[in-house]
Amino acid sequence: MTPDQPKFKTSEEVDFCIIGSGAAGGILAKELSANGFRVVVLEQGAYLTEADFTHDEIKVLNEDLLTNHPKLQPNTFRKTPQDKATPQRALVYGRMVGGTSVHFTANFWRFHEIDFIERSKVGAIPGTNFADWPIKYADLEPYYTKVEWEIGVSGLAGASPFDPPRSKPYPMPPLPVKSSGVIFERAARKLGWNPFPAPMAILSQQYKGRSACVNCGFCLGFGCEVGAKSTSLSTAIRMAEKTGRCEIRPNAYVHRIETNASGRVTGAVYFDEKRNAHLQKAKAVIVCANGAETPRLLLLSANKQFPNGLANSSGFVGKNLMLNSSAVSVGVFDQPLNDYKGFAVSRVLHDFYELDSQKVGFYGGGGLDARFDITPISFALGGLPPGTPGWGKDFKSALSHNFTRTMEIFSHGTSLPVEDNSFSLDPDLKDAWGLPALRMTYKDHPDDLKLANWLNQRALELLDAAGVQQKWTLPITEQQFAVHLLGTCRLGNDPKSSVVNADHRAHDVRNLFLCDGSSLVTSGRGQPTMTIEALAFRAADRITALAKRGDLNP
Amino acid sequence: MTSELNRRRFLLQAGTGISTAWIAANWPSVLSAATHAHQAAKSTVPPKLEFFTPEQAVEIEAISARVIPTDETPGAHEAGVVYFIDRALLTFASDAQPIYNIGFPTLQGRVNELFPAIGKFSSATPDQQDQVLHSFAPAAGMKPRAFGALPPEPDFFEIVRQHTIIGFLIDPDTRGDSHGYGWKLIGREREHMFQSPFGFYDKDYPGWQPLPKATETK
Repeated sequence: MTPDQPKFKTSEEVDFCIIGSGAAGGILAKELSANGFRVVVLEQGAYLTEADFTHDEIKVLNEDLLTNHPKLQPNTFRKTPQDKATPQRALVYGRMVGGTSVHFTANFWRFHEIDFIERSKVGAIPGTNFADWPIKYADLEPYYTKVEWEIGVSGLAGASPFDPPRSKPYPMPPLPVKSSGVIFERAARKLGWNPFPAPMAILSQQYKGRSACVNCGFCLGFGCEVGAKSTSLSTAIRMAEKTGRCEIRPNAYVHRIETNASGRVTGAVYFDEKRNAHLQKAKAVIVCANGAETPRLLLLSANKQFPNGLANSSGFVGKNLMLNSSAVSVGVFDQPLNDYKGFAVSRVLHDFYELDSQKVGFYGGGGLDARFDITPISFALGGLPPGTPGWGKDFKSALSHNFTRTMEIFSHGTSLPVEDNSFSLDPDLKDAWGLPALRMTYKDHPDDLKLANWLNQRALELLDAAGVQQKWTLPITEQQFAVHLLGTCRLGNDPKSSVVNADHRAHDVRNLFLCDGSSLVTSGRGQPTMTIEALAFRAADRITALAKRGDLNP
Repeated sequence: MTSELNRRRFLLQAGTGISTAWIAANWPSVLSAATHAHQAAKSTVPPKLEFFTPEQAVEIEAISARVIPTDETPGAHEAGVVYFIDRALLTFASDAQPIYNIGFPTLQGRVNELFPAIGKFSSATPDQQDQVLHSFAPAAGMKPRAFGALPPEPDFFEIVRQHTIIGFLIDPDTRGDSHGYGWKLIGREREHMFQSPFGFYDKDYPGWQPLPKATETK
């Protein structure tokens, strides 16, 4: 923690209380404090820094330094509302200052123009709440650029013919190509496709006092010890602290947003490390707690005035959950790739970003990337080809041969917003604080599974074109585990079918704002963090404008 | 758990492996177990067993030595995996104690049934040991699982197999076998800073060459 931070009293009404310090919360904290407002950020996790990070996977995982702990915060899962939910680890998110951005892959695609207007182009899809966004790509473009330059993104503008328009190039060149990237690039070109260097929120060169990536290989799942990963922690949070108007308060587990008789929020109630409850007063509250915890907090904040949960007159709080469809095909090659070295992804392609639904028979689109991100233990327990013995001489021999020769083609695609797919409060299970646990309800829309299969066929074609020695696909089945937590408090102009307006302001509560993965109206084609951060920069501008013209005053 | 442990890693591992969710849920205290194995491998003095009796440890070591056998390269025996498992059963894997407690008599029963003259599993020949282990439930073949699919309930041999692998492949520089036999076997260098080129296919990469124009492939 830097010494620049002010220490606000809980009784002092600050301008903004931001709940969550991840991809969106960090940027809002930075922007609003830089704009002159007094800001308190309440983060449920600990304040760790680069000095606390380690390559010791046991220590990281043993102590659950970075993620939600299933024993402290258990959850339940069911496929449909008709099913009884049972305890099951169903989601993961970063639980520390910096949130999920600390341990993410750092794939940083922009959404394309189609993502914002696809409902108009494709039409209604039965069984879904498929909708256009209240903003368009052009509204967000300046903020995508701002993310790239302020946070630090490596990439090559113009390398993908499918890229949306941009006002500036990337601030630094792409990261070096890996063997998986070379294999991917050559095979894709053989097939007439258009691979390009992956845009990554990892520094390829020194930038704003931060180190370039050292290719340690402990990227995905770990905090970056050299600060090369462009996380909220390494960028926006530090900038917010330097304003002298922002306090980052870790170990503050918010469980209720208070409202007054006028229906305005007055602050956030949280448990501190010793589980004492406090109310932090604020003129306005911005919830950036992620697509699971944001709706949970609104539902936990139900009262007589808001019996179905805060800001939930639409009934859409927690609904329309989208996870992004995914598929993985694995290939083993003749020579060592040594892809355990370095960041996860060096080449991507977007040729299938927008499929013709009339031609393929389903809605959707996506991208493929080349990667290898499995650690040794997990590789040994499940990364070998199907049918390989799980023990004995042949097992040992396969481990020895395959670990350095394996890569994956990861397919990332759309998810449709289905109303039943949701986060809600479990009626029975409680967390370690006695609060209702998250209950996830999820069943992929059939088109999502068709898309995953279709993209995966392209991945297999690519592996064949690459001269793969052996290939296989992980079974593509209905998802029961969530990483991307999207759409659960979505943006929209109609208060009946959305939770927040285009300014991220709750339709029902004038001084309550929501901004994180829950804001997304459609899922994009994976890699949502870039868009979440662009939305946060834009939201900060909108909220600043509202505050400066007195629109947030009682 | 991501990813994932993390984002994609959770997903991938949940799909490809024992399930990262399992690992995440059970990592608590793996640290302690691995440290124990680390020290055991470094020390010339036999470490103290805390969960197993000496007799049980001999049987577990014999099983783990069939999971990752010693051949031209070291295996689970040289890596001191039995000590990792011993500590694991008092820490992160304490939930598995009943599986082990039931497993020992079950193992003995299988040995008695298949090779009545032998006495103990550890006294059997490697081929006989493999026959005994194959008699356990369909364990231990590579069966990739879908994202988020839950792992099946492990039986005695399956849990010993998993614990052996974890003990063998934990980072040797911090918590695992200090000799680094596991990482050496899989070809994972112990350094933590690398420069490109990383592997065979990128070593002669000429640099990014843009295509003349986009190819429409939709």
